[in-house]
Amino acid sequence: MIATLPESSARERATGAPVVARLHGVSKNYGEIKALRQVDFNIHAGELVALLGPNGAGKTTAVKLFLGLAKPNQGTVSVFGGNPVHPEVRVRTGAMLQVSRVPETLRVREHIDLFSSYYPEPLPISETLSIAGLETIKDRLFGDLSGGQRQRVLFALALCGDPDLLFLDEPTVGLDVEARRVLWEQIRKLVARGKSVLLTTHYLEEADALADRIVVIHQGAIIAEGTPSEIKAQTAGKKIRCVTRLELDAVRRLPGVLEVHQDREALEIHTAVAEPIIRELLARDASLSGIEVTSAGLEEAFLALTRDDNGKTAA
Amino acid sequence: MATASTTLTSSAAQRPLGHMLRIYLKEAKYEFLKNLRLRAYSVSTIFFPVMFYILFGLVLGRNTIGGLSTSAYLIATYSTFGVMGASLFGTAAALAAERGLGWLQVKRASPMPPFAYFAGKVIMSMIFSTTVVMLLLLLGFTFGGVHMGLSQTAQLVATLVVGSLPFCTMGLAIGYFAGPNSAPATINMIYLPLSFCSGLWVPLMFLPKLMRDFARFLPPYHLSQLALGIVGAGRHESNWTHWEYLIGFSVLCLGVARFGFQRDEGKMYG
Ligand SMILES: Nc1ncnc2c1ncn2[C@@H]1O[C@H](COP(=O)(O)OP(=O)(O)OP(=O)(O)O)[C@@H](O)[C@H]1O
Ligand SMILES: [Mg+2]
Repeated sequence: MIATLPESSARERATGAPVVARLHGVSKNYGEIKALRQVDFNIHAGELVALLGPNGAGKTTAVKLFLGLAKPNQGTVSVFGGNPVHPEVRVRTGAMLQVSRVPETLRVREHIDLFSSYYPEPLPISETLSIAGLETIKDRLFGDLSGGQRQRVLFALALCGDPDLLFLDEPTVGLDVEARRVLWEQIRKLVARGKSVLLTTHYLEEADALADRIVVIHQGAIIAEGTPSEIKAQTAGKKIRCVTRLELDAVRRLPGVLEVHQDREALEIHTAVAEPIIRELLARDASLSGIEVTSAGLEEAFLALTRDDNGKTAA
Repeated sequence: MATASTTLTSSAAQRPLGHMLRIYLKEAKYEFLKNLRLRAYSVSTIFFPVMFYILFGLVLGRNTIGGLSTSAYLIATYSTFGVMGASLFGTAAALAAERGLGWLQVKRASPMPPFAYFAGKVIMSMIFSTTVVMLLLLLGFTFGGVHMGLSQTAQLVATLVVGSLPFCTMGLAIGYFAGPNSAPATINMIYLPLSFCSGLWVPLMFLPKLMRDFARFLPPYHLSQLALGIVGAGRHESNWTHWEYLIGFSVLCLGVARFGFQRDEGKMYG
């Protein structure tokens, strides 16, 4: 098993390694809709960047621009120093896109054989099958596969040409926990082989588990960027969950409490430091129960970052 | 600006010819396998012309048409009908679905040469066209008392298969404008009336004069006349006229398909 890289190494990669792909001052409109606004975004050699954002944030649009499947209204896109539509660039990239229908009457190994043939130096088919965990189902028709297996085939098509740079647009969408972890492991293996990967996701946990660097995108603009721990550091540190008789408003007025909300029978309290608040709570309510203290995950970081100026959390 | 093009190995821009050829062959092979296993395509493409031929050419057809046995005459017209179906459905239905439902985009993101995609569909359709024509010939020879020399047979097959190209181009044009799910219905709405009006179901001489005159404007009419000329029942017009019509029609369809292609590509970068 390959462990996630230590933070220092991640930072090094993010800043020191050469840029392999770049969006420079890119805006993309679909009619009235501004899908991307003035986005600057680099992918460095050997790093795994997660592009994190809610539905409609512009993640797929960014991926399409990198793949030359969409044209920016403003700004430039360059991949390996060239135009992404050029065949010499395309043989060095691989992509996993969201697709509504894949031809169902071809076998797994046939799909892979065909896509491998497009590349000058593809991986041996047996190796592609093994990386994507498809050996046992290689002779099945695509139409007979489960959702998770289908995702793995699309993943295999992205990597079969042994490209240097991979774009994975929501690779684990619709997968159960187990299947997601399997795919994560496979993505980590790619990075361990020295590939650069851009992955989009709404799963905050996923970005945290995989990425060297997280770029948070919201309504077409990049709102935060950094290592997972840097992103987390931008918001409150701890989350306290407890069941108490105290009024929500009373708790909110306690010093050090950043935010409180009711979650079913319990209260969820966000704060920088947990201990003084817990002490205070126990002093005021001896019947306090069910105390849980967790680090604020990316979930909280993300909610805080995507908060509109007027204080409401954006969809 | 320090992009990495210099630090990372650069790869050859041009593919060697051998590699290009291998891509085209694989594309055609898998397009063929895909459609062979797709019963909606393979069975109906083969079944309808064969069934019509057996019914009207062998079971019911005891007479002669224009001095030629019905079984020989209808080989030419139902082959044309079959070739047209194999070509239209082989290109338009798949293209419309793959364009509309994201698969073509996955392929375009890969380094696949775009022309290989279309060539694969055309070659696949031609294999099915050849199969339909051969089947009808086999039925005619064994059960319909049809006699044809080897060179006549080869000429008929070659004419029909080359003559399927205009319908492949027509299919590509339709594929760029039909919806992903409605494409088969759209194709049928064009294919079936066009076949009937071109005299592929009922020989033209049994149709009213107005329709006979109108048929001259329809591409399937011209292909069927070429085929009928070979089996010995043409209307004795110049073959060149027929080919000219078919070539003109192909150019028109290619223009429309190219427009659709560029409309899609225009959204791409570069
Ligand atoms: N082809 C298109 N035509 C019109 N609008 C589009 C098109 N593609 C995307 N959009 C719009 O652009 C915005 C960004 O879309 P995009 O697909 O990039 O979001 P996303 O971050 O990938 O979302 P999701 O998480 O739902 O996949 C959305 O408002 C979307 O409605
Ligand atoms: Mg998306």
